[in-house]
Amino acid sequence: MGLTHQSTGVGILKEMFEVQTDSPADLIVALAGNPNTGKSTVFNSLTGLKQHTGNWPGKTVTNAQGKYTYKGDKYLLIDLPGTYSLLVNSVEEQIARDFICFGQPHVTVVVADATCLERNLNLVLQIMEITDKVILCVNLMDEARKKGIVVHLQKLSALLGIPVVGTAARTGEGLNELKETIKLVAKKQFPVQPRRTEYDNILQEAIELIEPRVHALLGEKVNSRWVALRLLDSDRTLLEAMNRFFNFTLTDDNILRESLAQAHLLLQKNQVDLNELRDRIVTGIVKTAEKISHQVVTVENKNYNRFDRTLDGILTSRFFGIPIMIALLGAVFWLTIKGANYPSALLTTVFYHLEGHLTLFLQWLGTPGFIYDILVLGVYRTLAWVVSVMLPPMAIFFPLFTLLEDLGYLPRVAFNLDHYFKKACAHGKQALTMCMGFGCNAAGVIACRIIDSPRERLIAILTNNYVPCNGRFPTLIALAGIFLVSGAGAFSSLAATLAVLAAVILGVLLTFLTSRVLSATILRGLPSSFTLELPPYRKPQIGKIIIRSVFDRTLFVLGRAVAIAAPAGLIIWLMANFSVNGQSLLAHCAQFLQPFAHLIGLDGYILMAFILGLPANEIVIPILIMGYMAESSMLELDSFLELKQLFINHDWTWLTAVCMMLFALNHWPCGTTLWTIRKETQSVKWTLLSFLIPTMAGIIICFIVAQGARILGLV
Amino acid sequence: MNNKLIPLHQVPAGFYGKVKKLIAEGAARRRLLDLGLINDTVVEVLRKSPAGDPTAYQIRGAVIALRSEEACKLFVEIIHD
Repeated sequence: MGLTHQSTGVGILKEMFEVQTDSPADLIVALAGNPNTGKSTVFNSLTGLKQHTGNWPGKTVTNAQGKYTYKGDKYLLIDLPGTYSLLVNSVEEQIARDFICFGQPHVTVVVADATCLERNLNLVLQIMEITDKVILCVNLMDEARKKGIVVHLQKLSALLGIPVVGTAARTGEGLNELKETIKLVAKKQFPVQPRRTEYDNILQEAIELIEPRVHALLGEKVNSRWVALRLLDSDRTLLEAMNRFFNFTLTDDNILRESLAQAHLLLQKNQVDLNELRDRIVTGIVKTAEKISHQVVTVENKNYNRFDRTLDGILTSRFFGIPIMIALLGAVFWLTIKGANYPSALLTTVFYHLEGHLTLFLQWLGTPGFIYDILVLGVYRTLAWVVSVMLPPMAIFFPLFTLLEDLGYLPRVAFNLDHYFKKACAHGKQALTMCMGFGCNAAGVIACRIIDSPRERLIAILTNNYVPCNGRFPTLIALAGIFLVSGAGAFSSLAATLAVLAAVILGVLLTFLTSRVLSATILRGLPSSFTLELPPYRKPQIGKIIIRSVFDRTLFVLGRAVAIAAPAGLIIWLMANFSVNGQSLLAHCAQFLQPFAHLIGLDGYILMAFILGLPANEIVIPILIMGYMAESSMLELDSFLELKQLFINHDWTWLTAVCMMLFALNHWPCGTTLWTIRKETQSVKWTLLSFLIPTMAGIIICFIVAQGARILGLV
Repeated sequence: MNNKLIPLHQVPAGFYGKVKKLIAEGAARRRLLDLGLINDTVVEVLRKSPAGDPTAYQIRGAVIALRSEEACKLFVEIIHD
């Protein structure tokens, strides 16, 4: 059959998932499971890798890998996307299925939620149809105990015919047993005989007609009974996948085609059409799950979910749901702005002093003047700005945001807002991708994979940029802080919060508007089906939140910003100081842009800063400062007050600040985001549109605001 | 036992319904079935979202929100207990 190890096993794995095993002897473990089962926590606890824990479907958007060693063996753990099923409704289900089926992992561990076993068994049973090497990890045992839910693990194991391990990954309970079980199954030292889901007689009969030939063709590579069932179900995605991985088309075989026709005839005779067939397949699985769950789960406390319901009653209440949501968002911003002030000022001072030492050091080295200028005034100052302005707000914002995420609040936001998304012909889960966008728009764009209908997914991708990412937040916060608010003590941070909140709400409204317009024009169509799980609230682990959000997000984003800021600082310094005809290059460009920039309430330097800030929004303000400073004589920027003075010296008014805030909110996505959109949509056209739409919106809005204010004589 | 069938989205919060008929087609049907909404499944209507739609349902131990467009394709029999 030519199904060599090369073409099926590790070879394919490497290609598809970029799996990197150190040696062929490494054991590959796939981690599958429903979303919200603590799958990523299991992953983290096993590997020690600080990988992000998901609280909604699709968080694990690209598969994460981690390694661990147990009793001398190396294990490579692959975290598959969280899915409810493998009957392929979405890209993620297909990825998970293909890996389990064609990636040939040595073991597949299915993580299930002990508090919601019946629903989770659906996926377990489906995976058991594909592979024999399955372990069920019943996670969140601690939550279940707290809720008075008892899961009889031994009985479950006996009923399923696979090893079952109970864990509470957050506390580490049961993880050693899990590792031991993985070892036993991977090394075939533990007999696993998964119970196959029983379907009704006609289906069984039809399967038996095809299975022998499938087995003859595929051997032991893939479970032939399962393939037979998928063939009956006319699952084209599986045929395509087989074509891709095995390089041959199953249905090219004449004998198989014949038996398939026979099977279809049998079904037809019994009035089983495709719809009916699917119903029967799903019914078979669901009924089995129900039967097993009833035998192994005892609920001692019938009111176990009363707390969740009460909390939902408040957080999604008709009158308070949305106000609470806005208040929470406002509180997060307020804490960020208020809390960031002090460390920001501190960092600025530290960097200022360091600059003095650096200067002395460079002088001592005898560095030529222009190199000193480039290094200190160009690179160093840009870096100092990026770090002192970005680090404190991020170090506060991300943990707070992660806290809301861990509590399970974000799906409630989607629930509260879905109606408005529906009106905009978009998907409620877009609210989740937008939340992600607050962190990073590129991440938000990737998160759009959780939306399974292509149309709504594109809408979410094209509009994600309306959510200000944390690269733009400092710009918004700085402008709101130093300009709109005239140092009025306690009220200043409140007013700045309101200004930022207003910007965010405007972004949300523009998202709805743009989604609606897109649905009515180039992305016409009715909203597709919508299902959203509202998982139980979970007690967040504060310590882990801080570690995770600081390491995963804050340092990652800051690192990227710094990496871009350093060379950008250099180039921009050169532009600001390299003169042609007695004027710097930057000034030439700014002058050229000035007439248009003035129309939309900005000036040439600001627009220039936005254009040069394409690689990363974080550097817009440093570019601007450098542009201004190159013109004016030297100015040591050691406080926000001086920054304000610098801006005022360049004819800034409140209108300039407002227009710049508006333009920061609505302009082209950063380079990384554009690149991600290109990758996600596989289309230049959509990438171009994602550039044009927010840019046009920004220009139009700024034009109206600037001209309006000028006509009304407000400035 | 001759209970009238009504679409799920018309069942008020706090009531229970038993699924008796599913009229969705294609992918939408599959998605609803995947949630475990096969015949005779009991669904509890939990609450409506602030704007009145979608609605949260308790289905086989999980809380799932469905829009009225989906819920109207499920016909249920109200259970009085």
